[in-house]
Amino acid sequence: MAEIVLDKVTKKYPDGALAVQEVDIEIADGEFIILVGPSGCGKSTTLNMIAGLEDITTGELRIGGERVNERAPKDRDIAMVFQSYALYPHMTVRENMAFPLRLAKVDNATVEKKVNDAADILDLGQHLDRKPSNLSGGQRQRVAMGRAIVRSPKAFLMDEPLSNLDAKLRVQMRTSVSRLQKQLGTTMVYVTHDQTEAMTLGDRVVVMRGGAVQQIGAPQYLYDHPANLFVAGFIGSPSMNFVPAGLENGLLRSPLGDIQLTDRIRRLVEAADAPSEVIVGIRPEHFEDSSLVEEHQRGGGHTFTSNVDVLESMGSDKFAYFTLSGEQATSAELAELAADSGTAEASGGGGVSLVTRIDAASTAKEGEQAEIWFNADKVQLFDPQSGRNLTYTED
Amino acid sequence: MAGIGGAETTAKKTRWGILNAVVVIYALFPVLWIVSLSFKSKDTLADGNFIPRSWTFDNYSEIFKTTEFVRALANSIGIALIATAVAVVFGTMAAYAIARLDFPGKSLLVGVSLLIAMFPQVSLVSPLFEIERSLGLFDTWPGLILPYITFALPLAIYTLSAFFREIPWELEKAAKMDGATPGQAFRRVIAPLAAPGVFTTAILVFIFCWNDFLFAISLTSTERSRTVPVALSFFTGSSQFEDPTGSIAAAAVVITIPIILFVLFFQRRIVAGLTSGAVKG
Repeated sequence: MAEIVLDKVTKKYPDGALAVQEVDIEIADGEFIILVGPSGCGKSTTLNMIAGLEDITTGELRIGGERVNERAPKDRDIAMVFQSYALYPHMTVRENMAFPLRLAKVDNATVEKKVNDAADILDLGQHLDRKPSNLSGGQRQRVAMGRAIVRSPKAFLMDEPLSNLDAKLRVQMRTSVSRLQKQLGTTMVYVTHDQTEAMTLGDRVVVMRGGAVQQIGAPQYLYDHPANLFVAGFIGSPSMNFVPAGLENGLLRSPLGDIQLTDRIRRLVEAADAPSEVIVGIRPEHFEDSSLVEEHQRGGGHTFTSNVDVLESMGSDKFAYFTLSGEQATSAELAELAADSGTAEASGGGGVSLVTRIDAASTAKEGEQAEIWFNADKVQLFDPQSGRNLTYTED
Repeated sequence: MAGIGGAETTAKKTRWGILNAVVVIYALFPVLWIVSLSFKSKDTLADGNFIPRSWTFDNYSEIFKTTEFVRALANSIGIALIATAVAVVFGTMAAYAIARLDFPGKSLLVGVSLLIAMFPQVSLVSPLFEIERSLGLFDTWPGLILPYITFALPLAIYTLSAFFREIPWELEKAAKMDGATPGQAFRRVIAPLAAPGVFTTAILVFIFCWNDFLFAISLTSTERSRTVPVALSFFTGSSQFEDPTGSIAAAAVVITIPIILFVLFFQRRIVAGLTSGAVKG
């Protein structure tokens, strides 16, 4: 067990491509940290550099206070679980899990004991003498984890370990990974492109984009206080609504109507020296059917009326989709997010699309007008040029 | 419907069966003929019967009485095994490097080895003869082993690098993370998985060395290093007037046996799909 420190770690390939630039992360002992971002953001490269499978171009990597840049993977005492599991197909489950111990020349009795302990934790007891080809995906995944834990390494590295499992198993394994980490108390660095995994698993989440760290923080903090447009759009499902707006004297002119900024937001915006064109971000759950909003609350918000395109009832609440007239919000970061989620073409139809999450008691109907209220104090404003969150606060 | 389908497959099976039989008979007839010859006595040798009228083992016992054949057999086995072992060991290392590493001159190396494989061997016989004579390699085991390795290596490298490319790269990374040195990763993870490829290559190389006639006849002059295919061509009867057909037939049958044994022994080790279960589901 040990803390891992990345100090201005940069990876530059011989062809000049910059995969990771000046990443600073301090991972505390026993912490569960998630590297998340769209494909090609440098998260796996960062993980491979921690593992020692890729050389670090510049910067320093310290594990337990010691510089390990020049050490071979085997001398770093860290274990890794690969996306493809990478089990040794010619060995049984038992031999697979014992392999790191055999290499470390551990005596037979200890190997036997440690493998059995790991098998108990992962519920692999009855599969120990089978070959990986006879196991299901979930079992293989557990063997891969078993091979990592038998050695009691200083840290675990996980490279999208659940992405090859089907949806149901993934949710199940997600819980067991989390439980395992708590049980062992070992530092874990976990790479994923799935923001749900990032939100549910980690103590802290590192959001990466184009090789650079965007923001580091606890999942809830990133959700409530995104530093920029990219983090705001990446974290949360369904993702935040983005609406372009003009800003004049504390009044937002947007497709949602003219919104009066609350004093709190007005002060933040003034301090941030906001441009006259901004992007307004509102989370789906900050909307509500206005007939269900109590009278005394209504004043603190803004209402608009529009036609409900689609209404999805989830049981506990309803998702209502609207298309407002006006231009869609455009920025480099939003384009990248759309490309990553594959919605770039889907949302091409003119107008601003909006997702709202409203109470299940709402009587709104598909194809009919509905009056929707939202909390004006919950809106976040972003600079379309730099993507910076103009309403960002530390608390 | 099922009946029609059944009839169709029966007809199909019959057609394939006939076709297969034709091919097998066409391919094996000369072999059967030489087997038949080898069991005939000297008097009935030319009687034109496919199945011998009088069976005899004389031809076999006779060839094993001559040092000419026994010595050649020993030479053949020794030379082919050594050449195969060396070619497979070096081929494995070279193929691994070609499949896994990026080093300057890689494509040149692959190109040159392909060039060697395609080079007409007959054009190399005269220079090799001169070189080996001046180096004192003429008519020795190394004198044959070296050219065999030269021509077997490209074959080995090509076959093996295809096998190495099949092995997931991540297995090696996993081994490294598990604490293996590059050598340990190769010996304990990669080599066992490449085994089917190694055995296939060993068979191909062994057959190539075993069957070679051109180098063997040009680079040897005495029983010291003459291999069986050459020795066969030097067979004479026990007297000048005797026809050695029976002995040649028996020797020809005998030299196919090691090949069959070699293939059977290694074929069992060629297990398809050995890497299944390594990655994904």
